[in-house]
Amino acid sequence: MDPLAAIKVTFFQECEEQLAELEGGLLAMEGGDHDPEIVNAVFRAVHSIKGGAGAFSLEDLVRFSHVFETALDLIRSGDIQADQETLKLLLRSADVLADHVRAARDGGSVDEGRSSAMAEALEALASGMGGGGEADTGDGFADFVFNPVTIDMSDAAAPAPDLSIEDLLARVTGEAASTSDVPAETAGDDVTWHIRFYPQVGLYQKANESGLLLRELARLGKVEVRLDASGLPTLQNMNPEDAYLGWSVALSGPTLEEASIREVFEWVEGDCYLDIVREGAAPAAAVAAGTAPAASIDAVGEVDVMALIRAAQAAEVPAAAMTPPTAAPRPAEAPAKVEPTKTREAALDAKAQAAAREASPQTIRVDLERVDRLIDLVGELVINQAMLTQRVAECGLQRASSVAMGLDDLEQLTREIQDSVMAIRAQPVKSVFQRFPRLVREIAAMTGKEVRLIMDGEGTEVDKTVIERLSDPLTHMIRNAIDHGLETPDEREAAGKPREGVVRLAALHRSGRIVIEISDDGRGINRPRVKQIAVDKGLISPETNLSDDEIDNLIFMAGFSTAATVSDISGRGVGMDVVRRSIQSLGGRINISSRPGQGSTFTLSLPLTLAVLDGMVVTVAGQTLVAPLTAIIESLQPKAADVRSLGPNAQVIAIRDTHVPLIDIGRSLGYRTVTPPPTEGVALLVEGEGGSRAALMVDAIQGQRQVVIKSLEANYRPVPGIAAATILGDGRVALILDIDAVMVPKPHEGLGAASAPAAGGFDPAVVPTSLAKVG
Amino acid sequence: MEDIVQRKTGDGIELISFRIGDQEFCVDIMAVREIRGWTPATSLPQAPSFVKGVINLRGAVLPIVDLAARMGMAVTEPNERHVIIVTRICDQQVGLLVDAVCDIITVDTGTIQQTPDLACDVVKTFVKGLLAMEGRMISLISLDNVLPTLEVEQTGAETASILAA
Repeated sequence: MDPLAAIKVTFFQECEEQLAELEGGLLAMEGGDHDPEIVNAVFRAVHSIKGGAGAFSLEDLVRFSHVFETALDLIRSGDIQADQETLKLLLRSADVLADHVRAARDGGSVDEGRSSAMAEALEALASGMGGGGEADTGDGFADFVFNPVTIDMSDAAAPAPDLSIEDLLARVTGEAASTSDVPAETAGDDVTWHIRFYPQVGLYQKANESGLLLRELARLGKVEVRLDASGLPTLQNMNPEDAYLGWSVALSGPTLEEASIREVFEWVEGDCYLDIVREGAAPAAAVAAGTAPAASIDAVGEVDVMALIRAAQAAEVPAAAMTPPTAAPRPAEAPAKVEPTKTREAALDAKAQAAAREASPQTIRVDLERVDRLIDLVGELVINQAMLTQRVAECGLQRASSVAMGLDDLEQLTREIQDSVMAIRAQPVKSVFQRFPRLVREIAAMTGKEVRLIMDGEGTEVDKTVIERLSDPLTHMIRNAIDHGLETPDEREAAGKPREGVVRLAALHRSGRIVIEISDDGRGINRPRVKQIAVDKGLISPETNLSDDEIDNLIFMAGFSTAATVSDISGRGVGMDVVRRSIQSLGGRINISSRPGQGSTFTLSLPLTLAVLDGMVVTVAGQTLVAPLTAIIESLQPKAADVRSLGPNAQVIAIRDTHVPLIDIGRSLGYRTVTPPPTEGVALLVEGEGGSRAALMVDAIQGQRQVVIKSLEANYRPVPGIAAATILGDGRVALILDIDAVMVPKPHEGLGAASAPAAGGFDPAVVPTSLAKVG
Repeated sequence: MEDIVQRKTGDGIELISFRIGDQEFCVDIMAVREIRGWTPATSLPQAPSFVKGVINLRGAVLPIVDLAARMGMAVTEPNERHVIIVTRICDQQVGLLVDAVCDIITVDTGTIQQTPDLACDVVKTFVKGLLAMEGRMISLISLDNVLPTLEVEQTGAETASILAA
C-alpha cells in the first residue's frame, strides 16, 4: 500500500470515530445536556472530518461538512438555539455526513437529493439567525491558499487569488509598518494578553485557516492584530505551499483566561508556534512579543519542534506565563537561512507530532491478521502444553515432582496468555451499537412512531468474531421492536403511556458469556393472535394446548410473521427464525419474555469468542467427540424402563414425563450399525434449533474441557453432523458435534442411513465409494 | 535403490516417486510440503472409504487420502511403516497415504508418455502420464482430483454411466 493510501485508511478509521463522537454528542444534547464542551466536541468532530477530507480532495465530503460545520459553529457561538427541532436536523445531517464518508471510502454514491436537501436545511438554519452574513461563503472553504491579509475580520475567509504578489507584499509591509508602533491599549481593569501565532505549513494542510482562528479570538474581546511578514522570502525563494506569516495579537477583555485563548488554538497546536503572555504579569514577555517574532519567523524551519511543544505545554502551567517562554530565545540564537526542504521536514515533523498527540497514547492500531496469527499460535501453545502434561503423566512421574509442578505453572501461564491474547481481539459492542441510533431514527420516521433508544453497556467487550455477526440479528430485532412492538403515539396516549416509546438495548457480561437484551415498552406479544396465526399457517394444530411461554416462542418458528401486511421495515421474508438460527450458529441462545401491554424483552446469550468453545468430551464407538456445552441441558444414565421403542428403529426416552427422541450418535454419524443397549451408555439431553430437545446416546463422558476450534473446511469440506474439529491433549484430532444436524435426521433418509451408513443420505460423495468397488 | 537421477537441461521437472503395492507413482515435487510417518487418524463420519480421516499437522486439521483406495485398489490398513506425503492442492493441504517414498527424479517433460487408452477410467482420472525408467514404469499422478469434490463426483457419475452403458 502506498503511503498516501495508508494515511487515507487511517483517515477513514478516524472518521468513523469522529462520526461516533458527533452522533454521541448530538444525542447528549438532545437529551438536554447543554455542556458547552459537548457542543465543542461535536464541532471538532465535523471540523476534523472536513480537514482530512480537504487534504484528500474529497470535494463532496468537504462541501457538506463545511455547511454542517457552519451551522454547528453558530450553535457553538450561541447564535442559534439548539432546540429539539434543530437537533433532529443535525442528527439527520450526521447521518448524511456518515453517508458521505462511506461514499468517499467505498466509492459509492450518496443520495444526492437527500444530501442537498439537508445541506439547504442547514444553510437555512445558518442564515435564519441574525447577521447571517458572517457565515462563510460557500466557496472559501476548500482553498488552502493562505491569505496574508485576513486580519480584516469581516472578510476572513475570502481568498485573494486576484492579488498579485507585489500587491500583496506592498500591503503586507505597509500593514506591518503601520502597526509596528502601536502598543496595545489596556482600558480600565481589562486583562490584556499578547498572543504570538506563527502557523506552520501543517496547519494549512489540515484545512485550518488562520483567519478563522483570529476571528475566533476577536470574539473573546477587543483585538489588535499585527501581521509579521518579515519571514516572507523573495518571490524567487518562495514556496507557494509554505507558511511564512505570523501574527501577534493583543487581546483585551474583562475576564479573559488563558485557557479560553488556548481553546481557540486547540486544533492547531503542534502545527503552529504559539505564545500566550499576559500583559503586566510579565512585561519582559510583552516586549518579547513585540520583538522576537522577526527572529523566530526567520528560523521557523529550524525550530526544534519538540522544544516548541514543550514550551507550549509549559506555558499551560500558570507559573510559566510569568517568565518569557523558553523557546523564544532559541530561534534567536540560531538564526539561519531557511531552506524550503528543511521547512517542509519540520512541518512534517510537526504534523507527525500532532497526529501522535491526537491519537490517544493508550491505544495502538494493529493489523488484525497479526492478532489472528497470535491467537492461532497461542491455540497451538495450549494444545502443546496439554500434550506435554499428558506425556509427563504417562511417564508415571509423581504429582509433587518438580517437573509436574513446573508443568502446572506452565499451564497457568498458558491460560493467562490465552486469556490476554483473546482480550486483544475483544472489542466493545459499541462498534455494533453505534449504528442503531440512526436505524431507530429512520424506522421511527418510516412508521410515524416516536421512539427513544436507550443503550447500556456499550463498553461490554466481546470477541471480534462475535461482534461481526451480531449486527444483522440485532438490526432485525430492533426493527421488530419498533415495527411490531411499539404502538403508534396515539395508541400509546390512549393506553396511558407517554407518546414516545422506549427501546432499550443493553449488554452485560454474565458468567463467561455476553448477554444482550432488547426490550421495548410496547404492547407486548398478542398471544391469541400469535396462536391463531400459527394455526392458520399450519404450524400447530388448533387443539394444541400451549403455555404462554410456548406461544411466545412460536414467533421463532420458520414461516411465521405476525405483521398483517408486509411492511417496508420488517417482514422482508426473514423472520425471527432466521434471527434465532444466526444466534444459534454463534453458539448462543435467545429467550423472550413478554407482558401484554407492557412490552417484550428479548435476551440473547452468546459466547465471548468463537475461537474457543466449552465442550463435553465424550466417547462414541471408540471415537472421541466434543459436544458443545451450551447445547447440553443435562446428562443422565438411561434406565431400561424409561426407554421405549417407537416404530422399527426409533426410540424415545421418558425424562420427567416428557418423551424425547433417543438418538445414538454412533449410528447417526455412521460409526456403527448396531446400537448398544441404552442402559450401557450415557444420554445427553440437548436443546437444539427451535428449542426442540433430544437425548443423544454416547458411550462415556470423559469430562469438560475448553477446546480450540479448528476448521475442517480449510483443508477438507464440511462434514454433515460435525461443526468443526479440535485437537486434544493427546495431539489427536477430535470432532465437534453439530448438535442440530445430529438431532434432526431427515425422515426419508432415516431408514437407509440406519441400514447402510456408508451410503447414508448425508454423504454427497458416495459415487467414489462405488467406483472403488468397480475398480 | 540405484541412482536414477539424470540431470538434463531444458524442460526438466523434479518428481517424488513413491510406491503403492508393487506399483510406482510420482507427483510433482513442487506440490509436496513434507513427508511424515503414519499417525493414527481420526475417522470422519460417512466419509468416502478412501478418506482415512484427519490428523493434527502442527495445529492444522489435515485430511488423509488413501491413494490406493482412491485409485480403486485395495484399502490400505496403515501401520507405522506407511508414509504420509503432505501435498498442497489448490489452497488445501492434503495428506496422501502411500506405502513408501522411493526417490526424487528429474525428468524431461518430453519423455512423459500419454496414458494408454487401455487403462481403466478410474486410473485415467488420476494418472496424467507414464514414465519409463530403467525398465520400470512410473505413473505420474494428477493431484487435482484426489479430494472428493463436486467435479470428482461428476467424473465418477460419468464413469458410472459409461460403465453401465
